[in-house]
Amino acid sequence: MPLYTDNKDLIVVEENTKIIKGSNVIITTLDKIVNWGRSNSLWPLTFGLACCAIEMMAAGASHLDLDRFGILFRASPRQADVIIIAGTVTYKMAPIVKRVYDQMPEPKYVVAMGSCACTGGIFDTYSTVQGADQFLPVDVYIPGCPPRPEALMQGLIKLKEKIMKEEGRWGSWK
Amino acid sequence: MGQLEIEKVDETTFVLQMGPHHPATHGVLKLFCEFEGERVKKILPEVGYLHRGIEKLAEFKTYPAAMTLTDRLDYISSMSNNIAYCLAVERLMGIEPPARAKFIRTMVAELTRLSSHLLWLATHALDIGAMTVFLYAFREREQILQFFEKICGARLTVSYPRIGGVRLDIKKHVLEEIYEFMKVMVKRVDEYETLLTENRIWIARTKGIGVISPEEAVSLGITGPALRGSGVYYDIRKHAPYDAYSEVDFEVPLGEHGDTYDRYLCRVREMRQSAFIVKQCIEKMPEGEILAEDSPDIDLAPQSKRIIKGGESLWSGFVEFTDEKYEVLPKGEIYSAVEAPKGELGFYIVSDGGGKPYRMRVRAPSFIHISAIPKLCEGHLLADIIAIIGTLDIVMGEADR
Repeated sequence: MPLYTDNKDLIVVEENTKIIKGSNVIITTLDKIVNWGRSNSLWPLTFGLACCAIEMMAAGASHLDLDRFGILFRASPRQADVIIIAGTVTYKMAPIVKRVYDQMPEPKYVVAMGSCACTGGIFDTYSTVQGADQFLPVDVYIPGCPPRPEALMQGLIKLKEKIMKEEGRWGSWK
Repeated sequence: MGQLEIEKVDETTFVLQMGPHHPATHGVLKLFCEFEGERVKKILPEVGYLHRGIEKLAEFKTYPAAMTLTDRLDYISSMSNNIAYCLAVERLMGIEPPARAKFIRTMVAELTRLSSHLLWLATHALDIGAMTVFLYAFREREQILQFFEKICGARLTVSYPRIGGVRLDIKKHVLEEIYEFMKVMVKRVDEYETLLTENRIWIARTKGIGVISPEEAVSLGITGPALRGSGVYYDIRKHAPYDAYSEVDFEVPLGEHGDTYDRYLCRVREMRQSAFIVKQCIEKMPEGEILAEDSPDIDLAPQSKRIIKGGESLWSGFVEFTDEKYEVLPKGEIYSAVEAPKGELGFYIVSDGGGKPYRMRVRAPSFIHISAIPKLCEGHLLADIIAIIGTLDIVMGEADR
């Protein structure tokens, strides 16, 4: 195979992705291939806090089946990429949520599911943290009390789109 | 605070903190466990990880508005919570809901019992290791939630009943759909039983686990299917019938040995009875009003109003205020309980005559069942703790409030 090819030998599939004509080779950026792999196997942590966890379970169960997006729930933070804050975070629970988040390997993402995790919702009380973004870097907010499983899916698809736009978030030399 | 005091640590003692993040604790329950080998020596539950201050929050909302908070108590069976709260306020105010509303409430309460027991069955079996039941049970649960959506527009936190009736009437074709589904549901329950009831692994994991005698169960305050698994005949639907339960026919399944397996059988039989009650409700449902005439509005008069006392003052910036209390409701206090899927769910409401509850206390079955965990786990293996948490059907939203 020649090292340099003429432009006419390249088929442009989409931006930054080209196929060399007649060969089994794709030319693309490392960002794109890493993001593609990452966004198609999001493994969230099984981490239910309150009401929203039931809708999260419903989203993962037989009728709505999150597995078809490559989203498999993992019980250990060491194997998870996403933490879905599904429910109310109280001041007693917040340090534990933070600790579980710290145990997750990089890259990691946070989805705030439901009004309580977004803003505190109706529980504007002495014991409730007013939103998970008070102590975690939230990537996607899903409003609703509780959000429908379809809304959770939409949120996770938005997270995929967000991951596809990332630049240079790979490699140990960074 | 909740730390287990370890008396003597030697080579055989093994201390483990389980939770609050553990997939099998059904929420955010923490257990301090002390083992001797693999046998439980001592166990201490710690609650409060989901304390949201619901009881305090209710004191700042009018009676109809406070109902939305009860949805978030036991979020798996929000209809039952709503009905329990509405019944308490109705008994306090002396409102009688119309006959149709009573039948609708009974029907939705039983649908909720079905969905709650399905979720219990799914998670209990999943914890013990049977994945298939989870997928099957959620298939039916999704259909029940879709019925809720057709009835009131919400899936989980419904807020459908009102003080003195229900919010919306149910269309005839929806009732027919529910009726047809209930015929299928009974067959589906048989399907779950073929997976579990005679399954050798299931029997090995549940028979003789978490045995509790009737006397102990009563003294610990256990209610609902967990108590009936021990063979105690106590069901508020039979003993103090509310809504339309006095007009429908059903049986109360009882267990014999008081172990996890008997409690499983009790709940599964209850699901069949629930389907039977729903069918009867649809058959007997009368036409007519769905909301009592004296049902209070959502903007019930406030508890007190500031009025200006004295017209003249030396300085226009100074106005003297006095708080005058509105008396919109009878004064008094009431305890009223219903048979929720988890057990006896009671509301204790104190009224000072204002439009807001002076105090709302919830007698949550899950909280009382958590206090029974140390007794049930005595002498069992580490893996059996999971089965025992599952069999008690604990929801932390209700326990911590």
